[in-house]
Amino acid sequence: MEILKTSFGRRSFLKASAAGGGLALSFNLATAPNALAADAKSAPSEWFELNAVLSIQPSGAIQVRVQNPEFGQGLMTTFPMIAAEELEANWEDVTSVTAPYDQSRYKMQLSGGSWSTSMNYPGLRMAGATALHMLKTAAANAWNVPVEDVNAANSVLSHSGGKTATYGEMAAAAAILPVPEKVALKDKKDFSIIGTSRKNLTGSQVVKGDSLFGIDVREKDMLRAVVVHAPAFGLTVDSFDAESVKRMPGIHDVFTIKMYPDDLVRGFSDVAAFREVIAIVGDHTWQLMKAKKALKVNWKVEDSYSFTSSDFFGNQNKVTVPKGLEDTATHNAIMAAMVETGEMETKRKDGDPMAAFANAAKVVEHTYHAPFLAHNTLEPMNFYADVKEDSAMLIGPHQGPMLIHNTVAAHIGLPAEKIDFKMTRMGGGFGRRLYPHWATEVSLISQRVKRPVHLIYTREDDMTVGVYRPSYTIKMRAALDANNKIIGYHVRSAGTPEACSFPNRFPAGAIDNYLWEESPNVSNITVGAFRAPNSNFMASAEQSFLDELAEAMGADPIQMRLDLLKRAQENPVGTDNDYDAVRYASVLELARDKSDWNNRGDKNMGVAAYFCHNSYCCNIVDIDMKNGLPVINSVTSALDCGQVVNYEGAINMAQGGIVDGVGISMFGEMTFVEGQPQHKNLDTYRMVRINESPRAIDVHFVKNEHGPTGLGEPPMPPTPPALANAMYKATGHRFRNQPFITDLETLKS
Amino acid sequence: MTTYSLNINNQNIVVDVDPDTPMLWVLRDSLDMVGTKFGCGAGACGACTVHINGAAVRSCQLPVSAVGEANITTIEGLAYDATKLHPVQEAWLAHDVAQCGYCQPGQMMSAAALLSQNPNPSDADIDAFMQGNICRCGTYTRIREAIKTAAKA
Ligand code: FES
Ligand code: FES
Repeated sequence: MEILKTSFGRRSFLKASAAGGGLALSFNLATAPNALAADAKSAPSEWFELNAVLSIQPSGAIQVRVQNPEFGQGLMTTFPMIAAEELEANWEDVTSVTAPYDQSRYKMQLSGGSWSTSMNYPGLRMAGATALHMLKTAAANAWNVPVEDVNAANSVLSHSGGKTATYGEMAAAAAILPVPEKVALKDKKDFSIIGTSRKNLTGSQVVKGDSLFGIDVREKDMLRAVVVHAPAFGLTVDSFDAESVKRMPGIHDVFTIKMYPDDLVRGFSDVAAFREVIAIVGDHTWQLMKAKKALKVNWKVEDSYSFTSSDFFGNQNKVTVPKGLEDTATHNAIMAAMVETGEMETKRKDGDPMAAFANAAKVVEHTYHAPFLAHNTLEPMNFYADVKEDSAMLIGPHQGPMLIHNTVAAHIGLPAEKIDFKMTRMGGGFGRRLYPHWATEVSLISQRVKRPVHLIYTREDDMTVGVYRPSYTIKMRAALDANNKIIGYHVRSAGTPEACSFPNRFPAGAIDNYLWEESPNVSNITVGAFRAPNSNFMASAEQSFLDELAEAMGADPIQMRLDLLKRAQENPVGTDNDYDAVRYASVLELARDKSDWNNRGDKNMGVAAYFCHNSYCCNIVDIDMKNGLPVINSVTSALDCGQVVNYEGAINMAQGGIVDGVGISMFGEMTFVEGQPQHKNLDTYRMVRINESPRAIDVHFVKNEHGPTGLGEPPMPPTPPALANAMYKATGHRFRNQPFITDLETLKS
Repeated sequence: MTTYSLNINNQNIVVDVDPDTPMLWVLRDSLDMVGTKFGCGAGACGACTVHINGAAVRSCQLPVSAVGEANITTIEGLAYDATKLHPVQEAWLAHDVAQCGYCQPGQMMSAAALLSQNPNPSDADIDAFMQGNICRCGTYTRIREAIKTAAKA
């Protein structure tokens, strides 16, 4: 049994209210969030708040406030499962709502980096355990028995003397008790909710089409807005004809907004390529879309400019944005030259790599490339703002309102504490919703028109405004001795405008002579986090290369990796290797066994494994080629993400990551000609569809004693290289460039 | 603006909009029926799928002026009544299909239309019919299974 001190969280996390001892807060069901109103368990209209996470109604209904925003990763179910486990709650009593945005009570209200569950696991357990202790104490007081003698199971308190009470009956008395100083957490072997499968608590709202998303926000007196940004990176507004558009039906106003006050220090996520955009404000989305098309604008080339940016830790640096209308062909040529002969920065060096290559019996080297990608969350960017003179309310889909709060405050010139946020469900995030520019835009628009405004991006806006996954070119080299032992390993990583940088990941630590070098190619095209940032391509380059290397060595691709991991475990090179070699090996072995890899015969199977977000994943893809395209018969996925909370939800998440990996590597591509994005909508930007997705995805979890680690991102990165390696088996062609469809079409013709 | 009298989910509803307004925006903006989703506005994602006389139609491509007397069904009207969901909705819950859920109203409308014309679809039938509906979260394997479950209902 684990004893947890609760004191660190008492003021922020656990306290029901500021009044000493903890006061019951109640609120009217009529003003409760929709989720509850719709599902109200025929109750008096009071909730007794036991802490920031949990409230209980006299009827016995238990409400869990989920503090991190939901975009499909299932927090609205996993968070309640964790709290309910320690609360000894009857799962049928549990509902969930999105918590208010409140940095004084919740830490890190941010969904990203696959950390929501791991970061909140201890706190949610503590919330459940302290609430249980308060319920037990209330019962003990009422029955005049020692609290140790009160038992709890399935939302019922009992005493051996025969007394029983429901949680609902004790909620009011419990809510005014002090929060205990220490609580005991359950032993893992006694878990009855964590580690089982529970249906998504929001499932029925989703299937009924309820209003859940930011784009569904409908507030009183709300106007709608669209923005027009330059059609190419490197252009800005010169002049435009507002008047003719203002005369169109339903249009209220047309004006430009300047995104950045001159002296504004940009927060690290304050990424926007277009510093001046044209806003059109009106009544009806369709009328706005027509106005957008009709608006005549002259654009001009923007000069190079600089700004000051502040990183996550507050360190400031100067960023210079180059002038020019850029082409993909030029980017690719620059990166190709960079990885061959360009000056690069050394990020890790072990032993004497140059000597190893000089003495090699054989050198294997290949270059891998990936394009820019648009995130294309299915719900386009949108946000609602009501900016008044001395306060503002913002509502919408965002992965981390805590990240953008200060940024929006700076842009509209209000103190941050005067700005309220409400988080809505997001129609996908994938990293795209970590950036504030559309929230800034709608705030500036509302401030100008002095009305509440809902801004919506068209798909074209969403796809052409920037914040892409960077484009990468990576050269991988290995030196083999006469016995086909790897004696040297060398990575040269280039990217526009950022390079992949994971110098301490596998196989670093397993090879005596190792060199990692990298260099960025500056650009005015904006980029940002995209599901498993950098890992989403580094895994492809590395794991495709290891497959080629295994072939050159005459080794089995899985055994070759296991041998390297054994070396890293027994006698590691260097001390700052990111990964745990034993856990890494365990996913390779599990996937090997579950896919029957050793008896694969003529099957076209490809393997890849990767470590990121503190989790390990190995995927084995089995394909056949049909009409020049892969039919993916199955993907066998083995994952070590520590404690799994909701099995069915976790499997769904892993399957989604794998489908995403197939999609981006087969089809995903954004290219530019003279600064202009060459894909503007989903008719030409290809996303994976049902007929192209795997026929079956079997997900297996390694069981161990570790707490939860990341899951949203880790299953994706090893998917593209496993697919590429399987396609090599089937076609004899190495797929080194993404999207694979380009090579597949060439092979066909 | 022109006045149209529409049959939506078995109700007669009058709206006053520009004739070229796609049904998607009539539903979402004029009627605040937000279950039908906007994904692309180009007929390429399926998020806006509704039924017109039982057939799956992309509402972003359908001007209100072309609807006439036709029966429109949206996700809000897919359930048989307040207490009984459509078998497709039940199957979606049984398989816990959704991740973010944004595409799912469109997926379910397409699936229901498929099953009404082909009560026992093969994998190939499902793939062919459902290709127009993108799920960015990648729930396709579950969509296939849920359609097969709904077919058995
Ligand atoms: S919004 Fe209609 S098909 Fe995408
Ligand atoms: S569930 Fe998110 S787009 Fe399908």
